[in-house]
Amino acid sequence: MSTPIIDVRPHKRRELIAVLRRVLPAAALLSEQEDLRPYECDGLSAYRELPMLVALPETVEQVRAALAACREHGVPVVARGAGTGLSGGALPDPNGLLLSLAKFNRILEIDENNRTARVQPGVRNLAISQAVAPLGLYYAPDPSSQIACSIGGNVAENAGGIHCLKYGLTVHNIQSLQFVTMDGSLITVGGAALDAPGYDLLAFMTGSEGLLGVIVEITVKLLPRPERAQVVLAAFDDVENAGNAVAAIIAAGIVPAGLEMMDNLAIRAAEQFVHAGYPVDAAAILLCELDGVNEEVSEQILQVREILKQCGATESHTARDERERTLFWAGRKAAFPAVGRLAPDYYCMDGTIPRKHLAQVLRRIGEMSADAGLAVANVFHAGDGNLHPLILYDASKPGDLGRVEQLGGRILELCVTVGGTITGEHGVGVEKINQMCMQFPASALAQFHALKHAFDPDELLNPGKAVPTLQRCAEHGAMHVHGGNLPFPDLERF
Amino acid sequence: MNDAYDSSKELRALVCAAMHSGEPLQISGGGSKSFYGRATSGTCLAAHSHRGIVSYDACELVLTARAGTPLKQVEAVLAERNQMLAFEPPHLGQSATLGGAIATGLSGPRRPYAGAARDFVLGVKLINGQGEILSFGGQVMKNVAGYDVARLMVGALGTLGVLLEISLKVLPRPATELTLVQHRTPDEAIEVMNIWARRSLPLSGCCYDGDRLYVRLCGAGSAVRAAHDKIGGEVLANAHEFWQALREQRHAFFDGPLPLWRIAVPPAQPPLDLSGKWLIDWGGAQRWLKSDADAATIRRAAADCGGHATLFRGGDRGGEIFHPLAPELFRLHRRIKNAMDPKHIFNPGRMYSNL
Repeated sequence: MSTPIIDVRPHKRRELIAVLRRVLPAAALLSEQEDLRPYECDGLSAYRELPMLVALPETVEQVRAALAACREHGVPVVARGAGTGLSGGALPDPNGLLLSLAKFNRILEIDENNRTARVQPGVRNLAISQAVAPLGLYYAPDPSSQIACSIGGNVAENAGGIHCLKYGLTVHNIQSLQFVTMDGSLITVGGAALDAPGYDLLAFMTGSEGLLGVIVEITVKLLPRPERAQVVLAAFDDVENAGNAVAAIIAAGIVPAGLEMMDNLAIRAAEQFVHAGYPVDAAAILLCELDGVNEEVSEQILQVREILKQCGATESHTARDERERTLFWAGRKAAFPAVGRLAPDYYCMDGTIPRKHLAQVLRRIGEMSADAGLAVANVFHAGDGNLHPLILYDASKPGDLGRVEQLGGRILELCVTVGGTITGEHGVGVEKINQMCMQFPASALAQFHALKHAFDPDELLNPGKAVPTLQRCAEHGAMHVHGGNLPFPDLERF
Repeated sequence: MNDAYDSSKELRALVCAAMHSGEPLQISGGGSKSFYGRATSGTCLAAHSHRGIVSYDACELVLTARAGTPLKQVEAVLAERNQMLAFEPPHLGQSATLGGAIATGLSGPRRPYAGAARDFVLGVKLINGQGEILSFGGQVMKNVAGYDVARLMVGALGTLGVLLEISLKVLPRPATELTLVQHRTPDEAIEVMNIWARRSLPLSGCCYDGDRLYVRLCGAGSAVRAAHDKIGGEVLANAHEFWQALREQRHAFFDGPLPLWRIAVPPAQPPLDLSGKWLIDWGGAQRWLKSDADAATIRRAAADCGGHATLFRGGDRGGEIFHPLAPELFRLHRRIKNAMDPKHIFNPGRMYSNL
């Protein structure tokens, strides 16, 4: 790549400002460097980039006009919600527009009888449940960032949370979307009924990481608040026993509302931070939450405690009251920041594996962590096999981030090797783009690109994220080798 | 499985031949749902030979099977481990296959409470319109790597690719089920079904036949008994037969020559003013109508309350079966079809005449 001798950005920026001024109020455009700074990264702060321009539209018509104008001028667009994403999905494009949906922050309608809420994308996840709480309803997906993250971002990433096994991901809990494509078209998918005619574009849009359209309205499903929720905390002196207990609970026909595991390093960090009463000597703890009708919860609590005992739990406690239940969960919910206190920086991974390989995967992660000389704490959505290894490091040490990325990449590759995936709920973004080359062969990536072109033929929406180019995979080296055939036979290699 | 067989190579060869000749293919599993969608022509691509359960681990709650596997075989294997397909796919015939259930995307009475076919699909292997065998999604509960092509295939009626393998989330069967019956007027029935749905109750079915409201409860015995006390009603004997007949359209309502419409509406929508005989399922969200009223009138009534209408059986099978899409949405469908099947060889016209 050659470096341009003259910086063309100021000129292009002025040109784009002039174009967008025609469709947006002056206050909705930010172009001064200090105004752009807050948008330089999302929750994955290791990656930073200043956008050329930031727009904060207030109406759907403004979004349509802004996208159409950008398309006409070939300007890339990156949509951004609350910016809490952990895979760099909202990382700006230096030559593009950063489109913030922050002003789309209203709950438009709550339909109690049909158990839905129509909301704008900038509404915070938790704000929905708070707004409908007086009706005895709630919105089920609860990513740990739910206080801050926005529902539009949740849809773009197909966000999960700790209650996925029983209540599903975002894709299972939304009913309709309105989005704007790069040519300015406003498209509605799904509807007021439980299904809609045609292809399931509601599912296809969910988790598409802002590459297909800009979401401007969402209808979410609301569920009745369960009559009762109760949690059991169990300690194990062996990770394998804890893994077996998870399998045994499921084999007994119980679908817990939440089933979480933490390893020793995570337990100690969380306990130090919130004093949840966790046994700090345990190799692993399990938190098993049961919810539903009062009688059923009572029955299942007894069953679960018996199973835990049989699987070798060294101790188990049922929360005595709501205060203790909240405390047990507080430790888990604070696990990330708690681990964050153990080192200047941490890097959060997000692989999913078939649960039966848990013990083996944790053992391998332990070995890789020792080899790399980087400590790893493990937090695990055990019910649905979603593993969050947290790699501890110091970003100020030269070379540390590089080693972390290398270790992280190896952990993700391990997840794929045992039949899992590189991302369970955080998305690919820029972070895991190279590992996509390992999970998918060139033919599948080409199919993704063809589908992308159906929505965005000029590749202007969130370019460089989620789906790698075949060229990039060839350069990355860690390629998907299937049946002994080297992929990308037509590409030159150096 | 003695009759397990991998015919993906043969199927792929047939797709490649069609790709070169441009001759369209009609993909067929067991033929039990061949009536569904628009009538089309083309060479038959018989996928039922590609069958067998590839993997099933009850503790993982995941089953993977070839598309031609008989649906009853899948359900029998799950039943041995006391598990089930919670979306209760309608077989609509002895020969139904798993692939057909997913391609049509139909779901049974448990759908509003447990989820639809698309909610349980974790991954698929398929042949695209360029004769490539590709896998999307996977065998794990959570996976957001790449676009969700697996769910895109659900209900696409084979217009985007040939399904080869499907991985599904499965669930434990409830320990107890109990069905209660109450006599209600149509307005009351819809109202009460939706009041129940707003409360923490172990519902797994809610159906109204014009006189009697049937509510199915499931879960731990104690929970079902407690819910019985809360909502009341007479216990239905032979409840399993009732829900099976509803799921399989063997209920007496479905008899007779009039066209059968499926009208999907917001569940709390009061009764629609359309002539004909009604059966309300899915707690109000799926309404069956036997009527010879004209299609435009039925579609308008459904659309006016935010829903849509499908000419499920009977009527003019050469005309439009599914609710028309908004023009910009239809254009997007065309582009998606082109991306998956550029030569338009898979079931052209089965969903919409120009798709």
